[in-house]
Amino acid sequence: MTPAVNQREKRLLILIPAFNEESAVGGVVGEVRSAVPGTPVLVVDDCSADATRSEARNAGAQVLALPHHLGLGGCVQAGYRLAYELGYDYVIRVDGDGQHDPRDIPTVLKALEHGNCEMVIGSRFVDGNGEHTSWLRAAGIVFFRAVLRPILGRPVRDPTSGFVGVNRTALELFSATFPLEYPEIEALVVLQRKRFRFVEVPCRFRPRRAGRSTITAVKSLYYIIHVLLGVFVNVLKFEGRRK
Amino acid sequence: MNHLFDVVTVFGVVMIVWVLSSVRREHIRVEYSVSWLLAGAVLLVLARWRTLDDWIAAGLGVSDSFIALAMVAGAAFLVVLYRLSLRISGLKDSSITLAQQLAILEFRLEALNEKVQTPAAR
Repeated sequence: MTPAVNQREKRLLILIPAFNEESAVGGVVGEVRSAVPGTPVLVVDDCSADATRSEARNAGAQVLALPHHLGLGGCVQAGYRLAYELGYDYVIRVDGDGQHDPRDIPTVLKALEHGNCEMVIGSRFVDGNGEHTSWLRAAGIVFFRAVLRPILGRPVRDPTSGFVGVNRTALELFSATFPLEYPEIEALVVLQRKRFRFVEVPCRFRPRRAGRSTITAVKSLYYIIHVLLGVFVNVLKFEGRRK
Repeated sequence: MNHLFDVVTVFGVVMIVWVLSSVRREHIRVEYSVSWLLAGAVLLVLARWRTLDDWIAAGLGVSDSFIALAMVAGAAFLVVLYRLSLRISGLKDSSITLAQQLAILEFRLEALNEKVQTPAAR
């Protein structure tokens, strides 16, 4: 598939970060192509040791292959940078493990187009669809909701969701500045620094199709400390209210 | 107590010799060796110049000159480690940007190649 796209196709890009997701990524790409036919799909392969790259290509995606492992934030940012350089107006990120239902992509896109916001979060808790969330993650979500509430000045129901859509304004920002590890929560504070707006829309979440979450019980304490520090540093960088 | 100062002296000498040897074998770049050599020199000076330790101990308000030595040496090593953390952070940022740019360039090169090789795309 030719990566260069014409002006009409440039409007929306589906971004799938993937690391060792050979058993799931092909299905995810297929589902995305069924949900939004004709929309380019870009898999950013974070230097997987398995056949993620070829599975994605065989399923019809374009692949941005990183030369070494950067972690989720660096991987997503690489996709944002390419999308920005290629002139896309909207980018919607769908995880490569199959947890996000691509049938919700049109909902996210519609909110991006008409929601008067720079970022849309596909939330498992708006309309109460959070049944596939582990207790550990649920506890983390409750904790970070409380941390973010005073910083953002409004509630956020699903701050750890990776089902995220951004418009070109946010794309420009994230191309230059994006948290490198566990980016979802810090990205909200980065947006807040610029006084950008976000909305949450209800989306279906499913159990991951294969592999294991990168955030295990052992790593959860490190995760909390790391994200809290990242949030704190971003609060210190606050650049004032948007004109 | 004198024995402890001798141990620190030996440690300082070994450290300086080890770092110089690593620089000679190009395992450490010269600019990164300077901090460690300075830290080793500080250790040596403090271990051999007891009067200086006594002055520092008096200044810090501690009774034992070896504790003063340990505090100064600890501070010196913290400075070295902090400087290295700065270097590593800068290098990691550069490495991530380079990796992303390389991937993007390869992606665009592949697209150009496909365009050239596919007559329909001309």
